[in-house]
Formats: sequence, structure tokens, C-alpha cells
Amino acid sequence: MKRLIILGAGTAGTMMANHLHNHLKREDWEIDIIDEREEHHYQPGYLFLPFDIYKPEDITKPIRDFIPHGVNLINDQIDKIVPKEQYVSMVNGDRLHYDLLIIATGAKIAPEETEGMLGEEWQKSVFDFYSFEGSLALRNKLRDWKGGKLVVHITEMPIKCPVAPIEFAFLADSFFKNKHMRDKVEITYVTPLSGAFTKPKATTALQHLLDEKHIHIESDFAIESIDNENKTIIDYGGRVIPFDLLVTVPTNKGDELIARSGMGDDLNFIPTNKATLQSKNYQNIFVLGDATDIAASKAGSVAHFEAEILTDNILRYIAGEPLKEEFDGHANCFVETGNGKALLIDFNYTHEPVEGSFPLPGIGPLRLLKESRMNHMGKLAFRWIYWNMLLKGTHIPFVSTAMQEAGKDFA
Amino acid sequence: MNKIIAGATVQVNEEGYLTDFPQWNKEIGTALALEADINMTPRHWEVIDYLQGEFKNESPLSIRKIGKSGVVDIKEFYQLFPMAPLKTASKIAGIPKPASCI
Repeated sequence: MKRLIILGAGTAGTMMANHLHNHLKREDWEIDIIDEREEHHYQPGYLFLPFDIYKPEDITKPIRDFIPHGVNLINDQIDKIVPKEQYVSMVNGDRLHYDLLIIATGAKIAPEETEGMLGEEWQKSVFDFYSFEGSLALRNKLRDWKGGKLVVHITEMPIKCPVAPIEFAFLADSFFKNKHMRDKVEITYVTPLSGAFTKPKATTALQHLLDEKHIHIESDFAIESIDNENKTIIDYGGRVIPFDLLVTVPTNKGDELIARSGMGDDLNFIPTNKATLQSKNYQNIFVLGDATDIAASKAGSVAHFEAEILTDNILRYIAGEPLKEEFDGHANCFVETGNGKALLIDFNYTHEPVEGSFPLPGIGPLRLLKESRMNHMGKLAFRWIYWNMLLKGTHIPFVSTAMQEAGKDFA
Repeated sequence: MNKIIAGATVQVNEEGYLTDFPQWNKEIGTALALEADINMTPRHWEVIDYLQGEFKNESPLSIRKIGKSGVVDIKEFYQLFPMAPLKTASKIAGIPKPASCI
């Protein structure tokens, strides 16, 4: 009997448990999945919670509900991985030996990385919405905020869901319009990038929307510190931006256990082969989701596409066959633009987001890189798909793992 | 596309970054710096040397990494190459624009 251990029961780990449970024979393999938490969070919901669009109960469910029978869920804290001796050491002292290890420990905010972020104003006028607690605290703040300078800010890349901050700015615009107080709020979008997004074509489309919604952008801003007394953010070049309400995306880092295991880079992300998802340092360790250092988006859709390829590769690894170098960095993201509309973007390592139709070439019904109500309905429907299909590893009809090129306008 | 810099013809992309690093030399670097209103000093060149070394090692660059390089701290990096230092310095160094993470 061999043992496969999955670290992390978030989006990526849960999908792997479901896929592998269907493929590995129970008499040959024991599958364990370890997570210290008991609740699974639908993280895209953190974007909607502050605006009272979703309630906390819409976005949390017990982890146990999504782990198949036959896979052993261990609800406990991991101390570290000892890859050379092939075991996971638990905080309670247990040593869990593995033959194969899948790391899906994700990424989380590290506000302590920026001077002053965890100061006096943290959760008073400085908020994040990348954690459940932060998002909920921000909801309570927004419910009776009287207006002023709202600054939406990204500390440094990479972050989970790189489009979420701009979506936040768009949703804030429509939130304040609906409350008849848009004229009392000045919205500024502050980014370390040179423009609204990382990819030129999407940047042009998003810049147009920022202008239309009177959202001012400050680009190339690398934050040095937050001045809690004067309520300003300051960059290394000495640029100062005042705020009444700062909604920041702090530095994102991989889990501390990766640092304790000596397996990560300086942000605790794990060196991973970008096409096979095998760890660069240990053959019997595979990594997916936000925990890797690959240059794909840190997003649930990416984890979904990775999970399908990684399942194949694990089966190949077990059979002693060469791994498929198939992962193309495919990401597929809805971008909420406010007022009940959304954009849809589809891209990979080599192709930037373009216009076209999705998922059926020439038909859609979703339009790429264009605002529409249908796209917004798609984003809301996605929560159902997430809980009922995605986590369980059910294939989503018409959506292929590798990016399709038909029906898209590559210039 | 081709561009004549410091008397030499080099290949650049639409944003003016050199696309063929072996074409780079110090005179070209000096001329590219002047286009960004920067007068190169020995301190500037130390940073450029570091960036080129990392590029040759295929090691991706970021502001965070430069801050931890021991060559220059972020504050001084901004003083040497104001506004968007990593992009400006990469252009002067003749290496590609740093791939911003997606």
C-alpha cells in the first residue's frame, strides 16, 4: 500500500482529491488530505462581501462536504515537510510518510511586509479584502462611510486574482452611485504596474472603463510605507497619495510552512516546472494552485486547468512514463465592471487576452474583452458551478484545459 | 525595428528595449540613459552590472529582489533611476522589460 498526501484542502487540493480518488485503486493507494481549517471559502466571494452582494454564508461551507469518501481528511496543523526523508511533520509530533506529495497550500496576505500597514489605522481606515476577516470588516465600514478619498491599492505582484483590485474599484463606483453618494467619493487606483493590467490589450480596455467611471489611476507606484497619522501612502520615489479609506492588497506570500521546510523562494512560492507541475527539486513532489512560482495567474480557474493536467501526470509518474509538458498557463477570468456587467478574459503564457466569443467559437454566448450583462450572469452562475462541479472535479462542458484559439481575434 | 544609438545600429522593440543583448555596449547604455535624463555614474554602472548578471543567469528581476540584492537598496535605486527604476534601468542595461507577473 502506497500513500499519497495532499497538503491543503482549498480549491486546488480539493479538486486533486476528487480527481485522484476516481483514478487510483483503493487497494494500492491511501490518499490523505491535510488542512488545519474546517471551512472551505469561495475566495472570489471576498470581492462581493464588502458591497453586501454576498453574505458570509454564501461563501463558506464545510471542507468535509467536498472530500470524497475514501479520502482521509486530516484536520490538523502541519509543521513542515522533510522532502529528503519523504515525510510531513505535524505540529502534534506525528510523522506522516508519503510516496507522493501534492502541495496545494496556496497564498495569503502578508501585511507585515509593508511598514505601517498593520499600524493604528488597520481595519479603521486601512483594509484588505483578500481575507474573510478583512472583507467582512470592510463591509461594516462601507455600510456607513460618509465618503472622501477612496484609494484602491496593490502593494506588489504577484497577487491572487490580479483583476480583483480593479473589479473592486469598478464595483465601488457602482455601489456609491446606487447609494446616491458617488459625488462625495473620489476613487484612485494605485498600482505598481505601468497600467491598469499586466497585459497590453486588456489594459487598453480596462483603462477606457476607468476613464468612463472617473477613476483616477496612479501607476508605477512601489509603496515604501503607510503614514497612519497623516493617512497617506508613500512610495520609494517620494510620491505621496492621501486617503480617507485605503483598500489595499498586501504582499501575497506562500504559506509559512514552505519557509520552515526550506522549499520556497523569498515569497515562499515553490520552484515548479511550468509545463508539468513537478517540483523542480524533488521528483515525487507536485505543486499546483497559488503555491507555485510559475508565471501563470494565481486564480481558481488556473488551478482547475492545472488539476486536469496534473492528474494525468501523476498517473504517468506512477506508471513510470514520461510526464506530459502540457500546462499552457491557461486562465479564464470574469472581470466585474459594475452596474450588472462584466468582461471575460481568456489567456495563457503566450497569448494575451483578446476579443472573441467563449466557450463556443463564433457563438459564445459570452463575449471576450467586452462588457455585457451575460458575462455578469456568468460570473454569478460561477459560484454554483464552483460548489457543485468545479471542486468535485466534474468536467465543465465546452471549457477545455488548453486554451482554444478558434473564435478569437488574435491580431 | 532598427535604431541608431551612439553611432551603432541596434534592434529595439516598440518600447525602445534592445531585443538582442549582445549588441549592447557601454556607449549605447550611456546614450539610452541620456534619453531618460540620467547621467551615468560609477554607482549607476554597478547596478546595471548586477541587472545584466541576473539576466544572463535567467533569473527574473523584481523591485523586491533588487532591495535584497545587497547591491543597492530600493530607496537608492529610485534615486539613481527615478520614477519607474526597474524599467528604466533595464532599458539602459539592454535587457528586456521585466515581465510583470500576471
